[in-house]
Amino acid sequence: MADTDAHITVRDLTLAYGNYVVQQHLTFRIKRGEVFIIMGGSGCGKSTIMHGLTGLKEPASGQVLYDGVSFWESAPEEKERLRHTFGVMFQSGALWSSMTLAENVGLPLEQYTNLNRSQIHKLVSLKLALVGLGGFEEFYPSEISGGMQKRVGVARAMALDPDILFFDEPSAGLDPVSARRLDDLILELRDSLKTTMVVVTHELASIFAIADNSVFLDPETKTMIAHGDPKKLLAESKDPKVHNFLTRSDGESGK
Amino acid sequence: MKKEIVAQPPAAGKPPEINISRPTNDTLRMRLSGNWRIDQPMPSIEELEKQLKSEPGVQKIAFDTSQIAGWDSSLLTFLIDITQLGSRQKISIDSAGLPDGVPQLLKIAAAVPEKKDTGRDAARETFLTRVGENATVFFQSAADMLGFIGDAFVTFLKMFGGKTRFRGYDLVLLIRQCGADALPIVTLISMLVGLILAFVGAIQLEMFGAQIFVANLVGIAMVRVLASVMTGVIMAGRTGAAFAAQLGTMQVNEELDALEVLGISPMEFLVLPRMLALILMMPLLCLYADLMGVLGGLIVGVTMLDINVIEYYNQTISAVRLNDFGIGLFQSAVFGVLVALTGCLRGMQCGRSASAVGQATTSAVVTGIVSITVATAIITVLCSVLGL
Repeated sequence: MADTDAHITVRDLTLAYGNYVVQQHLTFRIKRGEVFIIMGGSGCGKSTIMHGLTGLKEPASGQVLYDGVSFWESAPEEKERLRHTFGVMFQSGALWSSMTLAENVGLPLEQYTNLNRSQIHKLVSLKLALVGLGGFEEFYPSEISGGMQKRVGVARAMALDPDILFFDEPSAGLDPVSARRLDDLILELRDSLKTTMVVVTHELASIFAIADNSVFLDPETKTMIAHGDPKKLLAESKDPKVHNFLTRSDGESGK
Repeated sequence: MKKEIVAQPPAAGKPPEINISRPTNDTLRMRLSGNWRIDQPMPSIEELEKQLKSEPGVQKIAFDTSQIAGWDSSLLTFLIDITQLGSRQKISIDSAGLPDGVPQLLKIAAAVPEKKDTGRDAARETFLTRVGENATVFFQSAADMLGFIGDAFVTFLKMFGGKTRFRGYDLVLLIRQCGADALPIVTLISMLVGLILAFVGAIQLEMFGAQIFVANLVGIAMVRVLASVMTGVIMAGRTGAAFAAQLGTMQVNEELDALEVLGISPMEFLVLPRMLALILMMPLLCLYADLMGVLGGLIVGVTMLDINVIEYYNQTISAVRLNDFGIGLFQSAVFGVLVALTGCLRGMQCGRSASAVGQATTSAVVTGIVSITVATAIITVLCSVLGL
């Protein structure tokens, strides 16, 4: 690889549903240990991009490379190995509703390690404690609040100690304080575990609080129109769309 | 040409009213009064248009709303209508006299032009287009179904290689749900079917004094066909629907995505234990339904036809061959596969909304029952050809 620093490399990625192109010609690099934001207005295809990165939606063309290994061109076994290097927190938490929180966090461990029951139990308690939910092991997802569900989603994503964590709209539907706590959690985990974080969001407060780097997706041209640290983009970007987004200003006054 | 302006005090319950005057030659003033609320009858815009046409030379419409008692969105829709009327007849609208906030709201409503190219235009397609589209959808869904069946088969084979992941606990729970929990309804339905059969048969057979053959009728019909078909239909409505709803809801909540991201195939983790549970339980339920059906016949035989219990038992034993049992059990195992497959297929295909879950459930039951009926027909014909 040209850039040994790059943890994830996206090359000329195009995602489409049938003939309907969602985003095209995306090329960017995500460095190891950075918090990378994928931002853009509602409906620009942020979540679809994340599905392309996490192996849920095969791209129409282009490559996604993890440490130089192209995910979509790998053999099934290699794909499975790569899948275990990342964890995903879904927009709604997506906890398995028929299982307790402990079972939710424990399932990946149960399936992919040879640990015994008590070791798994210890690990599960640790992960839940890390997201501030120690003692909630035997609760069902429907018995806890939305913010807590998202935290459990993070704990589950971290179950196999992945190198990369993906977050789909972590602060959506949370009150400002819970949203900030989740942001803090992302930063703390990054700092202590050196995990690469990829966050899909349009929450400005979060973007400025946690981002090291970002791409801005535009629904009209269907591609990325800005790339870099959002704080720098705010100061330097000449593009009215990017500027409007980052300053919450109206389309008219951005001219 | 001047109309009398009647000053009216604001009244809460008064319906909306318009008085029209011409203060200058090119201006028409509408004085609105009364209560412009959603529960009041609105003045007709057609009347107004007629009146406007009868007043030549109007360049501008102004409003006087000092007499208005109250207003809500119905005033806004009325004003939007007038604005459109004005733009049709090249008359400008002066919004100065409108109540506070109304000009602002009208401006907001007009700010973003109605989106025309949303791709949701209700243009009627020609008959041929629709036939073609439906045919394409049909072939696509047939291909999807085949793909799913193939996938399920491969997973099933993999299980014998011991390479599948699902939790044993889940399987036990599912076996309980589609086995033991279904006993009450299977008892009720199959016993009643046996009872009805015996009842209908008894009337005919009594005419020949051949009441004892009720045992043959009930025994053979239940064991060979009816018990398996009835349990199949019950399980399609009960368990097939439950599978579809469960998997559909998991689809809506991204729970299936969460499994897939972990590299756990939903096919192995969710579909396989469901198929296994139904394939194991259906023949057992069928056997139980056989018993209950014969019991139903026995009740009619003993109470109405004065047949001795032992007599009825012996007659049934001599009438029903082992072959009949075999065919019935085989059939029910086939139904188990069909019900589990259709339930899981529709659940996995489910869209991401609440109504999609409803559709998936309906479709699972319908597909399940249709496939059970077709399979029964095929098996029955095959058996008669093979002379079984």
